[in-house]
Amino acid sequence: MGRYVARRLLQMIPVFIGTTLLIFLMVNALPGDPVKALWGDKPPDPAQVAQIKHDRGLDLPLWEQYLHYMKGLFQGDFGNTIAGNRPILDEITQAFPVSIRLAAMAWTFELVVGITLGVIAGVRRGRIIDTTVTFFTLLVISVPIFVFGLGFQLIFGNELGWVKPTVQDSENFQQLMLPALVLGLVGLAYVARLTRTSIKENRSADYMRTAVAKGLPRRRIISRHLLRNSLIPVVTYLGTDIGALMGGAVITEGIFNVTGVGNLLYTGIARREGAIIVGIVTVLVLVYLLASLLVDLLYAVLDPRIRYA
Amino acid sequence: MRGAKSAKWVAIAGVVALTATACGGGDDDKGSGKVDPKGIVSYANGEPQNLLQPSNTMEAYGSVVIDALFTGLVHYDKQGNITYENAESVTPDKANKVWTVKLKKGWKFHDNTPVTAKSYVDAWNWAADPANGQQNSAWYRDIVGYDDVHPAKGKAKKKAMSGLKVVDENTFTITLKNGIPYYQYKLVYKPFFPLPAAALKDPKKYGEAPVGNGPYKFAKWDRKKLISVRTWPGYKGEDKPKNGGIDFKAYTKDTAAYADLKSDNVDTMPIVPNSELANFKNDFGDRAIVSDYSALNTVNFAFYQPQWKKTDIKVLQGLSMAIDRDTIAKTVFYGTRESATGWVAKGVKGYQDDACGKFCKFDPKAAKASIEAGGGVPGNKIQIQYNADQPHKDWVVAVCNSITKATGVKCTGDAVTDFAADTEIRDQKKVKSMYRSGWVLDYPFNGNFLADLYGTGVDGNKGGFSDPKFDKLTAEADKAKTIDESAELYQKAEKELVNSFPGIPLWYNKTLSAYSNNVKKIEFDQAGDPILSDVEVFEK
Repeated sequence: MGRYVARRLLQMIPVFIGTTLLIFLMVNALPGDPVKALWGDKPPDPAQVAQIKHDRGLDLPLWEQYLHYMKGLFQGDFGNTIAGNRPILDEITQAFPVSIRLAAMAWTFELVVGITLGVIAGVRRGRIIDTTVTFFTLLVISVPIFVFGLGFQLIFGNELGWVKPTVQDSENFQQLMLPALVLGLVGLAYVARLTRTSIKENRSADYMRTAVAKGLPRRRIISRHLLRNSLIPVVTYLGTDIGALMGGAVITEGIFNVTGVGNLLYTGIARREGAIIVGIVTVLVLVYLLASLLVDLLYAVLDPRIRYA
Repeated sequence: MRGAKSAKWVAIAGVVALTATACGGGDDDKGSGKVDPKGIVSYANGEPQNLLQPSNTMEAYGSVVIDALFTGLVHYDKQGNITYENAESVTPDKANKVWTVKLKKGWKFHDNTPVTAKSYVDAWNWAADPANGQQNSAWYRDIVGYDDVHPAKGKAKKKAMSGLKVVDENTFTITLKNGIPYYQYKLVYKPFFPLPAAALKDPKKYGEAPVGNGPYKFAKWDRKKLISVRTWPGYKGEDKPKNGGIDFKAYTKDTAAYADLKSDNVDTMPIVPNSELANFKNDFGDRAIVSDYSALNTVNFAFYQPQWKKTDIKVLQGLSMAIDRDTIAKTVFYGTRESATGWVAKGVKGYQDDACGKFCKFDPKAAKASIEAGGGVPGNKIQIQYNADQPHKDWVVAVCNSITKATGVKCTGDAVTDFAADTEIRDQKKVKSMYRSGWVLDYPFNGNFLADLYGTGVDGNKGGFSDPKFDKLTAEADKAKTIDESAELYQKAEKELVNSFPGIPLWYNKTLSAYSNNVKKIEFDQAGDPILSDVEVFEK
């Protein structure tokens, strides 16, 4: 087990270097000069452009820029923004807590409601409740997320006035409820469907018949025998979804004015701020890698037959 | 609530055009109707790009905050005439070369240090030095000695421009390289604001908590959330605030700001999002704002391409006549733009009606005849380059359709991913055929729309346009004795553009906004900025 974890951690290094290099090159391949773009429609001042490029190290050859960047990264320095010359670490440490909070809320929502719905539908397959869950999850999956975002904003924010239409303080749990709900909606539908299918399959397994024959209480059969064995595909999904929720909230964050990672990434791309994009992606890659390691380790907990050497 | 019910059904049906049914709060008046002089106005802004330094701020989010904190020497009224603010007088010599600025006495910065001639001269010299990284430093380039402080390459040779001289505590002179009759208009712009001595000692600290001389005093900057300013009792200017302060809220999307504006969570916003154009008047009724904005949209020719190099002007004029501006303004823009009749936007000094004459009026028959008389468009096809990150596609398609329908010239849009890429292509002179362009006033004088855009070789001239006759006329206008004379000569230069056609004028912009139920009224000026000091807030 320990060796397995060590090997996985070592594998992260080439993946990490590969992804950052790839993103770095991709950002640089985008057309448009971020420094000149600071002047918008107006003609830029060449002396000032040269000065800014020199300050941020943008006048060096590309490979040297990348080496500098990686060197800085290992010392905890993510570089400075082109616009405003602020440390990117500040921007990132400001945005991540917000996104972690939002993602954690959305994720909990997916986990609790999704699995519950999935179990109910799976156990009572073919009944009305099963059909209803299937129908609604299909609907959620097929409708684009911004429709729910704008729709909920309009209904709960503008018309009913239950909540403010946008988030005023991105660190306030109560205000984050609605965006978290919207963000978690699609994941919830997938979790419910995965759980349902898995439960349906396992219900007729031998160990289930044994458990029933032993006369175990129904609650215990479902929670200990059925659910635990059915969770493996769900856990895989939930694990990789952590990363997706953190970085993929661009639309939801935009609609509800949440200043998280998605938003930062969006402005980074719009302003060609290569260092911001690479910085965020670096952290997100780490999140993905660690989450997938965690998922693999969880398999062994859920199903003792799975062993890692 | 009936509105809520219908909206819910629309959402459930999954129809995307949700906002169409949002009947909004409407016209039900809230509050006691009494004005609270200490009330706080909130404005939907965004996070400023740079630190809050006047000479380093050119984008809108920072500008509106700087304008609340600072008052410059002069400003202008709705007709484009100069008004005096911190300056008692700004007078040129006979050649318009040496300008003497006299300050009003008794003005102070928010830290209670006096505003003196030195506060101006030192601030400008500091900002001109490229080592201090101020984006707006090119604005001092007319002043003698600028090239020593700000050479095209390398470090500053001198720390001060020789053209700036402090005469006494309240007087200083500006000596220009060449006489400019309308120079005081440039002084309206932010790099010409004064700075207190403390600002130059620690510019970074200062940029995070600026000390100005304007009607409002800086209170706090909560990054990416809020910038607060509060009314400063020591203000000596005319535009004393009628409210207690302003909260500039940071929004990341204009649609989010619009949703808040509908629910009175914010009092106004810079411009209504494009997706709401069709219904913002319904949503806000009397509280919808449509006001003049001195900005012009054009489609310009890439004259460096073989397609236009030898083409007869009649062809260019014909293309212009083939565009049905009025109909497109009505349908694509829902009546929120106004057909342009020249190359200068409304609301600036020297604006003249109908400078483009019949060539800017829709006349399909004349268009076709003119293009044929000019020998036709080479290849019989044109392309209009635009940036796809902003809502340009619809009108480009409409313009193209109008041209093709009237003249048979094939016309297609040439979408570029975003604005950064679009300007890059323009800078590299790689535009295939034509490109969309726009200009917002720097200062309200017609010369700003002419010499700075269409002079041979000037920075703003991206299409490689060159007309010796036009250059001669603008040079004459710059040598004029008075502003009025100069404006008149510039009008002549604008008329000359009819014969060389640098680009096709399309529409004048309008400012489209609205205000909440919390305030009495909000107005916008011709630069598209809200006049926030005049806003009166109702008691809560």
